[in-house]
Amino acid sequence: MWLYALRRLLMTIPILLGVTIICFALVKLAPGDPVQNLVRPETPPEDIAKLRAYYGLDQPVVIQYFVWLWRVLSGDLGTSIANNAPVASEVLRAFQNTIVIAIISVVLAFFASMALGIIAATRQGGLVDRFVTAVAVFGISVPTFWLAVVLVILFAVNFNWLPATGMGSSGSDSFNYFDWNDFKFAVMPIVALALPPLGIMTRTTRSALSEILNQDFILTLRAKGLSETSIIMHAVRNILPGAVAMLGLQLGYLIGGSVLVETVFTWPGTGFLLNKAILTRDIPLLQGTILVLATVFVLINLVVDLLQSLVDPRIKRI
Amino acid sequence: MKSTLMRGVVTAAAFAALAGTAMTGSALAQETVLRVAMTAADIPDWTGAPDQGYEGYRFAGYTMYDALALWDLSSSDKAADIVPGLATSWEVDPADPLTWTFKLREGVSFHDGCPWNADSAIWNFERVKNSASPQYNVRHAGMQGWAVGSLSGYEKVDDYTIKIHTTVPASMLPYSMAMLYMISNCGVEALGNDYDKYAERPAGTGPYKFDKLVPHERLELVKNDAYWNPDRIPKHDRLVLLPMPEASTRAAALLSGQVDFVEAPSPDTIPALKGAGMQIITVPYPHNWDYLLRVDEGPFSDLRVRQAANMSINRQDVADMLQGVAVPAYNTLIESQPWYGAPPIYEYDPEGARKLLEEAGCLPCKVKIGISTSGSGQMQPLPMNELVKEQMDEAGFEVELVPMDWNALISVFFQGSAASGFDGINFSMAPIDASQGVVNKWWSNMAPPNCCNWGFYKNEEVDKLALAAMAEFDAAKRDAILTEMNNMVMADAPELFIVHDLNPRALSPKLSGFVQAQSWFQDLTPIVVNP
Repeated sequence: MWLYALRRLLMTIPILLGVTIICFALVKLAPGDPVQNLVRPETPPEDIAKLRAYYGLDQPVVIQYFVWLWRVLSGDLGTSIANNAPVASEVLRAFQNTIVIAIISVVLAFFASMALGIIAATRQGGLVDRFVTAVAVFGISVPTFWLAVVLVILFAVNFNWLPATGMGSSGSDSFNYFDWNDFKFAVMPIVALALPPLGIMTRTTRSALSEILNQDFILTLRAKGLSETSIIMHAVRNILPGAVAMLGLQLGYLIGGSVLVETVFTWPGTGFLLNKAILTRDIPLLQGTILVLATVFVLINLVVDLLQSLVDPRIKRI
Repeated sequence: MKSTLMRGVVTAAAFAALAGTAMTGSALAQETVLRVAMTAADIPDWTGAPDQGYEGYRFAGYTMYDALALWDLSSSDKAADIVPGLATSWEVDPADPLTWTFKLREGVSFHDGCPWNADSAIWNFERVKNSASPQYNVRHAGMQGWAVGSLSGYEKVDDYTIKIHTTVPASMLPYSMAMLYMISNCGVEALGNDYDKYAERPAGTGPYKFDKLVPHERLELVKNDAYWNPDRIPKHDRLVLLPMPEASTRAAALLSGQVDFVEAPSPDTIPALKGAGMQIITVPYPHNWDYLLRVDEGPFSDLRVRQAANMSINRQDVADMLQGVAVPAYNTLIESQPWYGAPPIYEYDPEGARKLLEEAGCLPCKVKIGISTSGSGQMQPLPMNELVKEQMDEAGFEVELVPMDWNALISVFFQGSAASGFDGINFSMAPIDASQGVVNKWWSNMAPPNCCNWGFYKNEEVDKLALAAMAEFDAAKRDAILTEMNNMVMADAPELFIVHDLNPRALSPKLSGFVQAQSWFQDLTPIVVNP
């Protein structure tokens, strides 16, 4: 298993290289450039050229990529063109702000979807099953942006129970997850983020579980006189590898940060940062953020794969 | 008996004193805070060269910093003009139109205690102009260097007098001097010219001092009690600036009491905000939402086609769609600007437009227009452009709208029309003074890459007037030349004029004292935050 893990880790290197090359190429192909945001129309062309040279943007594209890669390999993710801050600290801060709400959302969605999926699968065809399916479909199909705005209108403006925006009343650097005065800022973003994964995982849990429950060995267990609860637990153990894989994927997706949710709530996370980096063509920031996120995503998938073989001994990772 | 009475009196007195101090204590602890939601997606550069457009100047420029000249933002009734700032007076040498003498204000200190004097002024010019100087900052040069671009030299005469030399007569130099911020020279030098360290504790001379920053989230400034203009010492203790790019979020934050002052609420939210008791204020300001047209080649090179375009627009419809936060436009300038003149007023006449297009041999007239999905001053670009396209198509045009993000559209603007492949772009501009609003737009010398004549408009008479205006140091005479120049240009219909934005802002009922200036910049200092 350790050999398997090591092999997988080595395989991440070409994956990461590929991701960075593609992103770099895409940004370079898009019209517009980062230096424009730092000058005015009246700025003389010589000053613009000086800025370009300062950021190494006057070099050929391929050279720019390798210069960036070389710096990364020596541990320097570069500086953001937009505000001169080190990319590493920008990404770390944004990542910290997103990871906690991403984990809470996904865990919340996981347990809720398990519960709903089990309820629906054990009452197939009934009214409860249809209701759960409706909730799942709602979760998958409702536009998260719309949901976020509606949540704000209801809970912030109309009821005034929760704040409309921001990460804490004095900013993220003093945010304390264990203090309700701060945590209440995270409630609506978490709910908005949790709904699509909830929808997807409920549906997959329900269909996987109902398939298992219709199998012969369940009939055997019933005939043996096992209680319904124990039977359900047996069945759940069978679907757990798939559910865990789904959990990992959803977590990976949320760690990229939901641009829409973070923009509505002005939550300073990775989605907000990435969005800004793309719109300002801030290449060092973009490359650095994508590299970190891609690495985390690949690592999450590795952990999920290893967990799967723990949960289901039939899956051998060699 | 007497001692008990005495003890009682003393105890009562002690309690009274304690209560008194407690009350004063809590009164001292009550800081008045003004919380502003900006449309910017990030905090503007706070080290003296703001980015994020003029919103950056508004909140991170004129708050913490002053320039040699400042904008007079005290009135809603006329377009803002410049007044003395860190310079008390300026004049051109009667014998030499290339030399100016600026007298500097005495008794001013930077927030870090360093003195303001001629050395500071020269040091700041070097910061953005001379790449060999130790304090040169390439980023500051990018954003502010243009203000000193036409200077051939400058020198200190004495501690409070400097001389500035220009390459050509530049009668409007003081307007450039209103846009270059003065930062603490001795402060930066003490840090070894390390601007990253300086950013942790920046110092200007402005009415607000830097206090705290959470990157990307909030910039907190506090009032400068020692500001050199006692009329502009802020009437609140703390100013909190919050980037909030989503318009519905800004409205919700105001309605739920999280902020007090909101920039540019979206028109659809204004009735709800009014209904909840918020103050909605609008005022004209030098802004235009229009199409810049390529006039040297292509369909718009024919005056009749340009006139037809202007006749095809039902401007009131566009303003109505925006619930009244815009007014019809027939000029790059707004009416209260001195050079507005008498532009042709286009009646909505799609039939007349169609006739003109037929005469010009362009029917249907295919045009390709670049637009953005958002951006500073762009208002609600997608629905507005859809409406304009509908109106133009009805009159005989065939408009192809090409949307792109703001950064890409800026690129198209910088390139100039010839290299861009577009016949027009929807690009809002800020004609805040006669340089930016008249000369830089229509003087043929100002075509890209020099500046802002995107469409390559060229008219020799207009060029002559531009040079005459730059050499005319008498303000009244210069205004007359500029008005004549503007009239000449407007008769040529160089742009498709649509609307001017009315700069809507939403304020909490707790606020009083704000005077909205006819300017892209605003003075927040008189705002009182009532409990």
